[in-house]
Amino acid sequence: MENLIPIPVLCDYYEVELSFFTNLSDMGLLEIKTIETSQYIDSDAVYEIEKMIRMHQELEVNMEGIDVVFNLLQKIDALQNELTTLKNRLRLYES
Amino acid sequence: MAFIDYYKILEVDKKATEAEIKKAYRKLARKYHPDLNPNDKEAEKKFKEINEANEVLSHVENRKKYNDYGENWQHAEEFEKSKQQRQYHGNGQQGGFGGGFGGGGDFSDFFESMFGGPTSGGGGRGSAQFKGQDFNAELHLELKEVYTTHKRTLTINGKNIRITIPAGVENGQQIKISGMGGEVSGGGPKGNLYITFTVENHTKFKRDKNNLYATVNLDLYTALLGGEITSDTFDGKVKLTVKPGTQNGTKVKLKEKGFPIYKKEGEFGDLYLTYQIQIPTNLSEKEKKLFTELATLRTS
Repeated sequence: MENLIPIPVLCDYYEVELSFFTNLSDMGLLEIKTIETSQYIDSDAVYEIEKMIRMHQELEVNMEGIDVVFNLLQKIDALQNELTTLKNRLRLYES
Repeated sequence: MAFIDYYKILEVDKKATEAEIKKAYRKLARKYHPDLNPNDKEAEKKFKEINEANEVLSHVENRKKYNDYGENWQHAEEFEKSKQQRQYHGNGQQGGFGGGFGGGGDFSDFFESMFGGPTSGGGGRGSAQFKGQDFNAELHLELKEVYTTHKRTLTINGKNIRITIPAGVENGQQIKISGMGGEVSGGGPKGNLYITFTVENHTKFKRDKNNLYATVNLDLYTALLGGEITSDTFDGKVKLTVKPGTQNGTKVKLKEKGFPIYKKEGEFGDLYLTYQIQIPTNLSEKEKKLFTELATLRTS
């Protein structure tokens, strides 16, 4: 229980509607945990949620846009890891 | 302290309307927002510039002051004082919409000198943070150091944090230490600490993930006739048997003599040695004669 944060607490804090979280959940961007009648999210997800909220509020990106952006960011991350591996390998051929 | 052309930063004309400035700002903010450009220092710098330009140009008073004094901003203070002395007061309100992109915070000396500090106040959409700030740190290590698992004490924001660095960490690898980031008021979870390792290699071994590569000099006679040599590995020396007739560039694989595999204790990659045959130089007359004899034997 200690790693779970009730969604209403987050709604108050970030000044967003509950629907914001349910929409993110519907898009597969967020996992909502329901215990009895209350809904929670894992505290580890807060960092990503804050990013989504900033994109939504500050950059006026809609839900579909957030989905696209996050998929692309994941791809960039994977490519960056691959690039690091290749750079390390390239050093083998550099004198 | 140099003059900053905010119009140039937002890529708008000096006569741009409020709506045009807002549009330009939004467009550039979407391009350079730190969330969309993780670990990109240039984008972060650009975003701060854009934020500052917007802070000035989207506020009627700020923009007017900036336009009035422009490159003579250093005299703005004197002009303002002189205005006050003449009992000429402005209404003191800050118009326009708020900056919004919280996190901006860092304003240039030029801005601070002219406007004192951010003026958007509560008008913007704050960058409320429920979770503590994430910390990023970079740790430089030698290849020899990451051959074994060891502990290190790091000082992050004045706090000493003792971490275990597992053997086999790679150059550029990032590890996350949960809950070691900043705290936040209101009981939200602490941020995380992200450590990126830069592994410098000053050894004669080259590394590709878990495998190591090195070149071994082999004298001509051992290459021709075979024999035993002693060669370095990363953690000591080994004896190798060289087959007769070994060719230059021949590779030998020493199983599990490479680098430790990350988080797999006791498991190692392989070591690949490439023989580089040393051809004798400055031959004596006798050697030349004998080599000529050998060459004749080969061709006859």
